[in-house]
Amino acid sequence: MFNSIAQLIDMANSENKSISEIMIEQEMRVSKRSYLEVYQDMERNLDVMQNAVDEGIGGVASKTGLTGHDAVKMKKYIESGKGLSGDMNLLAIAYAVSTNEVNAAMGKICATPTAGSAGVVPGVLFALNEQRDLSKEDMVRFLFTSGALGFVVANNASISGAAGGCQAEVGSASAMAAASLVEAAGGTPEKSGHAFAIALKNMLGLVCDPVAGLVEVPCVKRNAAGASNALTAADMALAGIESRIPADEVIEAMYKIGLTMPSALRETGRGGLAATPTGNRLMQEIFGDE
Amino acid sequence: MKYKSVFDIIGPVMVGPSSSHTAGAARIGLLGRKLFGHTPDHVDIHLYGSFKDTYQGHGTDVALIGGLLGFDTDDSRIIKAKEYADEQNLRTNFILHEEERSHPNTAIVDLLKGDDRLKIEGISIGGGKIELVSINDYEINISGNYHSLLVFHKDTFGTIARVTTVLGNNEINVSQMNVSRKEKGDIALMTIELDEEISEAVIQEVENIDGVERVIEMADD
Repeated sequence: MFNSIAQLIDMANSENKSISEIMIEQEMRVSKRSYLEVYQDMERNLDVMQNAVDEGIGGVASKTGLTGHDAVKMKKYIESGKGLSGDMNLLAIAYAVSTNEVNAAMGKICATPTAGSAGVVPGVLFALNEQRDLSKEDMVRFLFTSGALGFVVANNASISGAAGGCQAEVGSASAMAAASLVEAAGGTPEKSGHAFAIALKNMLGLVCDPVAGLVEVPCVKRNAAGASNALTAADMALAGIESRIPADEVIEAMYKIGLTMPSALRETGRGGLAATPTGNRLMQEIFGDE
Repeated sequence: MKYKSVFDIIGPVMVGPSSSHTAGAARIGLLGRKLFGHTPDHVDIHLYGSFKDTYQGHGTDVALIGGLLGFDTDDSRIIKAKEYADEQNLRTNFILHEEERSHPNTAIVDLLKGDDRLKIEGISIGGGKIELVSINDYEINISGNYHSLLVFHKDTFGTIARVTTVLGNNEINVSQMNVSRKEKGDIALMTIELDEEISEAVIQEVENIDGVERVIEMADD
């Protein structure tokens, strides 16, 4: 099993394969299953993501009312043609928000790598699909590539907000998505590595400070930021821009930052935005004096 | 390595809102139910750290109850798990602790039915992945890369040899083994990691060994 980004890229280069192929083959070995079985499992996850995006774009709200219907606003805004950033970015934002609104409403989603960050990878994937009309196989491969990068993060650092803050969740998701975007756009495994490193660097230090301990504020909007950041990093890497700090060292930095983060900022709902006057008031309104 | 599959990262398919606090919690409940072997009457659920601070917002309570009722992470019945628990006469009691455990997302689930009792400590390490820390206050040390057998046995001479003889006779190789006990002469726990899957027949054979009280097989789901 590969245990670093450097090793993953080496394997892809020496075997002349894409990152997604390396991931699929490893999964077949580890789970002792056929290509078709592994592929079909991922295809089912893709279908869950598609359903969540569709549901959110149709308009959903959480039980508390803190989040909901923002994906609908984004969609209307895109249709108005008045957007400042390009359609690809706006679509990615709309789909990321959509997925996380469904998540906040306790709807069905696929964790990528977590539920709180589940909007980022599908956000950019479905946006890319609208621009480039991907085949279903390309879309399934996109998820294997994201999985490969996330696999290294999970085993060397953390993908848990309670352990490492939001950088470990939306940060990891954004970096995974950036690497997949590069591969889908025809970039080399090295360029995927740079996109990953750039995206994660931009998310370092991000705390997990959910209002009332709910996966709503600021989680839904941070998924939008994670999606945009993934597109930024992917475009930079495809332009030939390289990360000065190697991807594996960025992961290590993220891990160490997580270790030094106070627990108030690691998914306890006791610090950051959760501890603002408005955050406290919302918590009171939702849970009373419990 | 803690994470072995790509589907630990892209997955699980689940009811929101949190992979660690909802899906992971459901999996701790499910594991408790599986090890207990049936639906309990009463369960004390102890929450620590981030689980304690945010369980209401994350649906950790309903997910744990749902898991105890056998609902998987993607089962929408989790949302109304408290009502299903009432229907099935499962009583649950949540106890919140200020004390810090080894991991911020820790739940201790204490299952009861008649004289039968099982207590497990589970941690939710991210993305829906969980680890078992202890059973009935016996610390569990499983690296997670192998199939494992947990054998509760009387702490007397010869029991360990009899168990390993059965495994050897069935050509099953032990990769790592660990014995822990609370007091000399009491019940001890053998944790045996194996290189290959073990058949129901061999488990039965181990269960029949003189001095063995209970055998639990741990395999990846």
